[in-house]
Amino acid sequence: MKVLVAVKRVVDYNVKVRAKADGSDVDLNNVKMAINPFCEIAVEEAVRLKEAGTATEVIAVSVGDKACQEQIRTALALGADRGIQVETDGAVEPLVVAKLLKGVVEKEQPQLVILGKQSIDGDNNQTGQMLGALAGMPQGTFASEVVIDGDTVNVTREVDGGLQTVALKLPAIVTTDLRLNEPRYASLPNIMKAKKKPLDVFTPADLGVEVTTHLTQVSVEPPAERQAGIKVEDVDQLLDKLKNEAKVI
Amino acid sequence: MSTLVIAEHDNATLKGATLNAVTAAQALGADIDILVAGAGCDAAAQAAAAVAGVNKVLVADNAPYEHQLAENVSLLIAEVGAGYDYIVAAATANAKNTMPRVAALLDVAQISEITSVESPDTFKRPIYAGNVIATVKSTDAKKVITVRGTAFDAAAAEGGSASIEAVDSAHDAGISSFVGEEVAVSDRPELTAASVVISGGRGMQNGENFKLLEGIADKLNAAIGASRAAVDAGFVPNDMQVGQTGKIVAPDLYIAVGISGAIQHLAGMKDSKVIVAINKDEDAPIFQVSDYGLVADLFDALPEFESKL
Ligand SMILES: Cc1cc2nc3c(=O)[nH]c(=O)nc-3n(C[C@H](O)[C@H](O)[C@H](O)COP(=O)(O)OP(=O)(O)OC[C@H]3O[C@@H](n4cnc5c(N)ncnc54)[C@H](O)[C@@H]3O)c2cc1C
Ligand SMILES: Cc1cc2nc3c(=O)[nH]c(=O)nc-3n(C[C@H](O)[C@H](O)[C@H](O)COP(=O)(O)OP(=O)(O)OC[C@H]3O[C@@H](n4cnc5c(N)ncnc54)[C@H](O)[C@@H]3O)c2cc1C
Repeated sequence: MKVLVAVKRVVDYNVKVRAKADGSDVDLNNVKMAINPFCEIAVEEAVRLKEAGTATEVIAVSVGDKACQEQIRTALALGADRGIQVETDGAVEPLVVAKLLKGVVEKEQPQLVILGKQSIDGDNNQTGQMLGALAGMPQGTFASEVVIDGDTVNVTREVDGGLQTVALKLPAIVTTDLRLNEPRYASLPNIMKAKKKPLDVFTPADLGVEVTTHLTQVSVEPPAERQAGIKVEDVDQLLDKLKNEAKVI
Repeated sequence: MSTLVIAEHDNATLKGATLNAVTAAQALGADIDILVAGAGCDAAAQAAAAVAGVNKVLVADNAPYEHQLAENVSLLIAEVGAGYDYIVAAATANAKNTMPRVAALLDVAQISEITSVESPDTFKRPIYAGNVIATVKSTDAKKVITVRGTAFDAAAAEGGSASIEAVDSAHDAGISSFVGEEVAVSDRPELTAASVVISGGRGMQNGENFKLLEGIADKLNAAIGASRAAVDAGFVPNDMQVGQTGKIVAPDLYIAVGISGAIQHLAGMKDSKVIVAINKDEDAPIFQVSDYGLVADLFDALPEFESKL
């Protein structure tokens, strides 16, 4: 069984991103970039399926400019077998990413496609579901457990009230939640080996996809800042403030 | 112009999040219909018809919709939604699962978790864990939108008298099925709807110690939340996680206990009206966003707080 994993290049989660003063865009000058944490979990899950003998090959795909090859290499160092970059100028919208991924799915015919549930920059939480609709595949989003059973996959999902389990016919889509697994660290020898693993580059035209724009970013601004309040001396003063000043209890 | 609001419900009851979505829909300025998709969902449909400001309630009462499987429900919404300019839902786990499929079927973008309507085609939405607010303009003729509930007040649940109309189509994609669920049962208010939330973090040390929060929650009629660290450590279940990748809350009072204040946690609670932090580390970042900070050991402070309430 082939497994396709989508990995996205994003700002490292430790970086506190700010809007530029003129509001034209976010300031991403010299910030540290990394693989989206949810995508790292996706790679780990795929590699574990391979180690368990369930998956035969793990392919990591990223959509973006040349820089995203760095994140594909990270995925290869974590155990993916080969990489695919779909070359675009900068970031594209989730709908277009989904169309491009569908093109890759048609080429590679994976039985399972694993994506992050959301990327920590756009916070859109859309791409996997859109790919599901376009490819006519079922989806197990926000997964905390994935169990392959013959030609179905059982996915336990983190939902508002607790956990839900669904059975999906393969080929299927899974999007990862935080508790699916704990990703490993890439070892130095594996990082070296990753440099030699194959990485193919396609253009959207190769995949028969037109890059369209449906949304434009008009401006960005910082959120309303909260002023730090006061430190209270003790529990009595806290209760007094909550009752008489804030009037919330 | 017309808007279709997708009801969030459990067949028996209409969930409060639907009311926030209706308010966002009102800001769009178009007529509002509600779609209730489920099985044996008549009670939810009746409740939807009573919501103020709603024209018509469409009810798709069919077995394939019982568990809100996205593969089936998205086909229905795309079909019914074809006649509308806007398709709107509160950004619940259900809507997050289903609505992007709807958008893709209609070949349009989804505008996720908007926090304001600036004009009929322009919206604000937080990105980068809420550190940046983007204003985005949609050029699609039909707009698929999810709404951050905390940013819109609830519409009145009573006072409306919408007509109810049945929708026959039963879409069964036949590629997914429901196996089971583990739903936490609790008498407390729902986390995203409670007016008081008290959350515990890694500082709580174990699940047993969350009892210290329960007594206070009982007295304040509060919901109990948690940081990711507390959930990952297995102290409490996943549905209690507040944050960028958990639930977004904005109660009148948020009490953070033994939580350091990582940006991912702040993203889920910093729009609360009043924030209280109890932490033994006076330099914890949570104090930078709290109105009232108490530097104390939680194991001393919580019992005292409860007894003096
Ligand atoms: C200047 C500028 C303005 C922008 N304006 C907008 C805008 O107004 N609206 C808008 O929607 N977007 C805009 N974008 C694009 C935005 O940054 C995101 O890249 C894009 O929306 C994808 O959304 P997401 O990553 O949040 O998707 P999600 O659906 O949150 O991503 C989920 C998962 O999908 C997969 N995935 C997503 N993207 C990729 C990828 N490129 N390669 C491989 N896998 C991927 C990953 O597995 C990821 O974990 C803009 C970008 C720039 C640079
Ligand atoms: C992709 C991604 C998504 C994430 N999403 C979320 C999310 O949605 N929600 C979320 O919460 N986190 C999220 N995180 C995790 C986040 O970065 C932090 O790791 C987490 O919030 C820390 O939880 P904490 O504050 O409970 O633990 P810690 O940071 O360990 O803080 C514990 C605090 O307890 C205090 N303390 C300890 N003992 C006591 C005592 N006896 N009395 C008083 N105070 C005490 C300490 O001083 C400390 O400040 C995410 C991370 C990533 C990478």
